[in-house]
Amino acid sequence: MSGPVRPVIGLDNAYFFEGTAKQELRIQSCNACGTLRHPPGPACLACDAYDRGHVVASGEGTVYSFTVVHAPKLPGKELPLVVALLDLPEGVRLVAEVTGVPPEGEDALKIDERLVVDWNVIDEELTLPIWRRP
Amino acid sequence: MTTLSNSAAIVGIGATEFSKESGRSELQLSVEATRAALKDAGLTPADVDGLTTFTMDTSSEIALARELGLGDLRFFSRINYGGGAACATVQQAAMAVATGVADVVVAYRGFNERSGQRFGQVQPWAAQQVNTNGIDNSWTYPLGLSTPAATVAMQARRYMHDYGVTSADFGAVAVADRRHAATNPAAFFYQKPITLEDHQASRMIADPLHLLDCCQESDGAVAIVVTSPERARDLPNPPVSIAAAAQGSATDQYVMTSYYRDEIGIPEMGVVAKDLWRQSGLTPADIDTAVLYDHFTPYVLMQLEELGFCGRGEAKDFVRDGAIELGGRLPINTHGGQLGEAYLHGMNGIAEGVRQVRGTSVNQVAGAARVLVTAGTGVPTSGLVLTSS
Repeated sequence: MSGPVRPVIGLDNAYFFEGTAKQELRIQSCNACGTLRHPPGPACLACDAYDRGHVVASGEGTVYSFTVVHAPKLPGKELPLVVALLDLPEGVRLVAEVTGVPPEGEDALKIDERLVVDWNVIDEELTLPIWRRP
Repeated sequence: MTTLSNSAAIVGIGATEFSKESGRSELQLSVEATRAALKDAGLTPADVDGLTTFTMDTSSEIALARELGLGDLRFFSRINYGGGAACATVQQAAMAVATGVADVVVAYRGFNERSGQRFGQVQPWAAQQVNTNGIDNSWTYPLGLSTPAATVAMQARRYMHDYGVTSADFGAVAVADRRHAATNPAAFFYQKPITLEDHQASRMIADPLHLLDCCQESDGAVAIVVTSPERARDLPNPPVSIAAAAQGSATDQYVMTSYYRDEIGIPEMGVVAKDLWRQSGLTPADIDTAVLYDHFTPYVLMQLEELGFCGRGEAKDFVRDGAIELGGRLPINTHGGQLGEAYLHGMNGIAEGVRQVRGTSVNQVAGAARVLVTAGTGVPTSGLVLTSS
């Protein structure tokens, strides 16, 4: 199959990819105490409840770190590829593919830069978040 | 209560040649290394009643036992998390021996990691596992973060930002490793030292990691024989005592992507360090030479800090001016490490630790009596302190 490596979907991450299909960036929330969590898991780490929902993120993030992948080849991606760790204003961190920034030079991505989410529609079954400069 | 410290000893080490294409099965490599280790120990297959290896190893304990003609096995176990398992296999062996569960245990690891499945490439199967590792990888692989180099590069960039570390600081590790490999006939890069300029000029793999920040890919096998101190006394080699053997995983641990802690890094090695010093009663100042797992150079600097050789953010100063080379204050990876000798998932580093304590390394540190060895970083990991008895 061409395209990127596809995620394994299970009961603990399905809400996220159901969200991306609707172009919503979802963060797991605890229905009992409201604590947000990413990556998600079955239990709330704040109150131990097994009662999960989600909120839709604002779609902004700040670069905590990043790499520019030059090798080896990646399925379904063009190199060089910029991948970042983003701190979201909601208080969680996530791994983010970044587009529209040069791989090196003065205009390359920088730590503490602000990015906004966009959508990378792979096919009918899979849509992934992709981040750009605002 | 039984304590682990000095309750077991390494009495034999063995290895195949290290190459890019062994031409033999992974099982055969492990059989060859185990036979060599038993010969080195002055033991025979009939003496072995325990085997331990990595979860990732493709040769089962029973397959190895069949090929060696072993009799009854009383102990067999495996350790998870890739190269993080290396020193933990010796810990398993030591615990089995110390508690009388087994008398002679062989820890082994063999693979065709260059001519067969290359760990440096994208492994789509890792993202398609129907288990928690597969779910964890759903946050990274589909987005293009899917190779060990890239996952380490993400940590390295933030480490550079936080502490003013440069690529040249990482290069000090590569230069030291390759200098040591250059005088080790068993090393793939025998007689091929590099300069810092070579490191800086090498092509980018995952910025900020250059090619020469990344370990080799290798074919080969290593085996380590562990038995009791009492039995060790009657064997030909001077016994190498296992003064400490520890595993570690830290809060919010992932495999290579522990990115969600307030401060990223490798605190799991701090867990290992705390226990190594507690068990052995030693401190970093007591260590004569160290084998620090070097799949990627940034993690060697971060390990120096976690292990207590220097403070947080100070490793860049610690490694300057040849301090980690032969003749320096803490020579590391005297076999050439996994950048210089071979990538054997850290097991060749344990063998070098044994040679240093025996006094038989090709790059011997004069009077080395206390040696630290660590396993893979970025994953749940492990470590050893080896001493002369």
